[in-house]
Amino acid sequence: MSSLLLLASAETPDLSMFDPVSPSAKSIRDLSILVMIITGLIFLVVEAVLCYCLLRFRRSTPGGNEPPQIYGSQPIEIAWSVAPALIVFMLVLITTRTLWEVNTDLPKPRADDRALFVTVVGHQWWWEYIYESHDGRKLGFTTSNELHIPVGDDTARPVYLTLKSSDVCHSFWVPRLAGKTDLIPGRTNHTWFQTARPGLYLGQCAEYCGCQHANMLIRVVAEPIEDFERWLDHQQQPAVVEADLHVAQGAFLSQSCINCHRVRGTTAAGTFGPDLTHLMSRQTLASGMIPNTPENLRAWLVNPQNIKAGCLMPAFGLNKHDLDQIVDYLLVLR
Amino acid sequence: MAVVEQEPVLLRAYQFTPEPDSASWSAVLHICVMTVDHKKIGIMYVIMALVFLVIGGIEALLIRFQLLFPRNNLIGPETFNGLFTMHGTTMVFFVGMPILIGIGNYLVPLMIGARDMAFPRLNAFGFWATLFGGLLLYFCFVTGGAPTMGWFAYAPLTEHTFARSAATDFWALGLAVSGFGTLTAGINFIATILAMRAPGMTLRKIPFFVWTMLWTAVLILFAIPPLTVALTMILLDRNLGTHFFDVQNGGSAFLWQHLFWFFGHPEVYILILPVFGMVSEVIPVFSRKVLFGYEFMAAATAAIAFISLGVWAHHMYAVGMSRVVDLYFAAASLVVSIPTGIKLFNWLATMYGGRIILASPMLFAVGFLSMFLIGGLTGIMLAVVPFDLQLTDSYFVVGHFHWVLIGGTLFGTFAGIHYWYPKVTGRMLSERLASWQFWLLYVGFILTFGPMHVAGFLGMPRRIYTYDAGLGWDFWNQVTTIGAIIQVPSYAILVFNLITSLWKGQPAGDNPWHAWTLEWATTSPPPAYNFETIPTVHSRRPLWDLSHPDDPDWKYE
Ligand code: HEC
Ligand SMILES: [Cu+2]
Ligand SMILES: [Cu+2]
Repeated sequence: MSSLLLLASAETPDLSMFDPVSPSAKSIRDLSILVMIITGLIFLVVEAVLCYCLLRFRRSTPGGNEPPQIYGSQPIEIAWSVAPALIVFMLVLITTRTLWEVNTDLPKPRADDRALFVTVVGHQWWWEYIYESHDGRKLGFTTSNELHIPVGDDTARPVYLTLKSSDVCHSFWVPRLAGKTDLIPGRTNHTWFQTARPGLYLGQCAEYCGCQHANMLIRVVAEPIEDFERWLDHQQQPAVVEADLHVAQGAFLSQSCINCHRVRGTTAAGTFGPDLTHLMSRQTLASGMIPNTPENLRAWLVNPQNIKAGCLMPAFGLNKHDLDQIVDYLLVLR
Repeated sequence: MAVVEQEPVLLRAYQFTPEPDSASWSAVLHICVMTVDHKKIGIMYVIMALVFLVIGGIEALLIRFQLLFPRNNLIGPETFNGLFTMHGTTMVFFVGMPILIGIGNYLVPLMIGARDMAFPRLNAFGFWATLFGGLLLYFCFVTGGAPTMGWFAYAPLTEHTFARSAATDFWALGLAVSGFGTLTAGINFIATILAMRAPGMTLRKIPFFVWTMLWTAVLILFAIPPLTVALTMILLDRNLGTHFFDVQNGGSAFLWQHLFWFFGHPEVYILILPVFGMVSEVIPVFSRKVLFGYEFMAAATAAIAFISLGVWAHHMYAVGMSRVVDLYFAAASLVVSIPTGIKLFNWLATMYGGRIILASPMLFAVGFLSMFLIGGLTGIMLAVVPFDLQLTDSYFVVGHFHWVLIGGTLFGTFAGIHYWYPKVTGRMLSERLASWQFWLLYVGFILTFGPMHVAGFLGMPRRIYTYDAGLGWDFWNQVTTIGAIIQVPSYAILVFNLITSLWKGQPAGDNPWHAWTLEWATTSPPPAYNFETIPTVHSRRPLWDLSHPDDPDWKYE
């Protein structure tokens, strides 16, 4: 786990679509470069003609004889209608090829399919990840704001996401992994990617979804299969709490937190906010906005609105005693 | 019988024609309110648009200052979201459309040798509805703040659950009301162009600007009603408890997207076709050559209008339609580039072999040519579905449509304003100020919107009020903001030039550019009745025929 953190921080964050690490993002990149070459050539030719006209035919003084009037020419018009039409035809062909590579149908989970199926639910302004199955094995646990996926080194380990929204439209976009797919309330969409490169891939919600749209960040942690399976096993466990923290746990459970948050293994079963069962296994708080440190956690509980103004978790005005207890409790939710 | 009844009304309208010297402020105001003269209405449209341009520009500047630094604390999310919503809405509905409709209003009757639009009072109604729409929209500030759902207002963000304040109602109401105004303007243009042309001016002989206004009006007729319907549905949802877009109760978020973009894409062409028309007037006059390939240009215009009604879902590739549907919309969108290309090539061919004079209108027209091309090419990139899945809703799109709307619509409109200002006022604009304005805008514009494309490539989504440092976005955002600041003096110079030239400008005479269309046959400014005797027309360039009786145009058309 710690080696992974190191790895993640060593790599400078990069969201460039020209630095893809998954097959669909790669074929998009290749297509894009081709399209940019074609449009770039058109650009050069047309601007060159424009410059030539300006340099060659510009007169600094008005007046003088009118130049010969040329009303048009059918052959020329036909020529410059057909040439773009051919280019358009070519563009449609290459679009089709890549489109069929990128947008594939969602398969059904099968035994030993080496595939991970996750349902992603967009919420104003955080992400819910419901792990459905891996390698044909049913999982059925929920986590938030940090998507862990296995890397496939020798064989591919595809990741299939089913995308839903609980409120307004969002869009799932991790440029290095895939293009955007929207999460639309009342509809179910899907996308997929796979990668052979371990690392942290950043992205964020790309469809304007209200006040804190800017801080609905996406973090995808791609890790070697052993690490990933260890993570899976761990996440499936309910929260365990040592005996000396039962009082602190009580403080948490007696607050309204439980109406919005779930901690598996306790009576906290809310679903309006992120699942907190293994809160401390995540690197960030507030959907990728701030590092998950004890100080930040405390500041978050003092007043989430100071950190993420307008977010849907209100400040509770907790007294210092309760605050200490709740922070102590949350800190053991690893 | 009907004609006789109309007569006194028209007479009364003309009685309010101002005597420039004796007009006090209240008299001017009175004239503005009472007038049904297409020229005064046209000027009022343009002035209204320029005022909203300043407001929308200030909103844009505030947006840029917030994005100058990562995690900047200048403007909070709620205000920021309000700013970009108001900026987009203002620029599209209360700057772009009114300025073009206004210019059309002024010119179409003059260019076709008519005394006014077909329905002068409807014309006045259209202007006032548009203005009241704008005021309604801005009235939201009185009720406590701007709407925050973005100019395309994706459902269900507009539902009461997500937008509690009355701002969203004012937004919908304002757009609906101004939409009625736009619709009446569209109807009026069609009626005027089809029914009021001077003797001899067949449809094949109308000036090119008039032809583009005709197709713009057709697009208005098809595009505005779906928007009005959709806005009404929002108002019903919010105020009468219907559930059109209320997803929790079986409404459809998807439906809004289709309705909106069915308006939204043709809207793009409503904002560019008249500009195509304007540069098609300017380029020939300043190259001293007839427009190359008029028929092909005309056909291309009609083709663009038709095709643009069938490409709306290229804004929706990421919503998860089937691949076949995506592919259709991609192909249709790419096909638009063929007639658009034809236009560009014909403009270049018009310049080729001419005697090009780079006076201010031509300067802006050349700016238009060089920049609109880029906007068109980035449009091709966006039409290619997989590429678009990366680019859509990123800053690349923001760069693209500003390139089209400023590099295209605004540069072209400025070409038109510099070209026809002498006709409207009887005075020339200062060429020196105009070239300052041009170069500041050209440089500022490229610096503002060029880097946006890069930010989009680097993964920056649009409509975010802040971003983290270290993602490679800081630099590009800073250049953008600097570019925006460079643009500011350009607009100030324009306003200064427009105002001071009213009395400082050289007297223009009837036809300072030696142009060939009918509006230059009458005095500058034209009298209320436009022409003493309605001219008879034999070709597309009646004034050319007059000055070249030995070699008139109608021999070749
Ligand atoms: C009204 C519902 C609600 C209540 C009550 C509530 N929260 Fe939250 N909480 C949220 C929401 C919504 C978020 C996500 C905020 C965001 O990122 O936009 C959140 C986020 C959090 C996070 C950050 C999770 C992450 O992974 O980013 C923590 C920790 C948290 N809440 C703890 C608490 C505690 C402790 C309490 C009780 C004192 C509490 N919450 C009460 C709604 C609630
Ligand atoms: Cu979102
Ligand atoms: Cu479009």
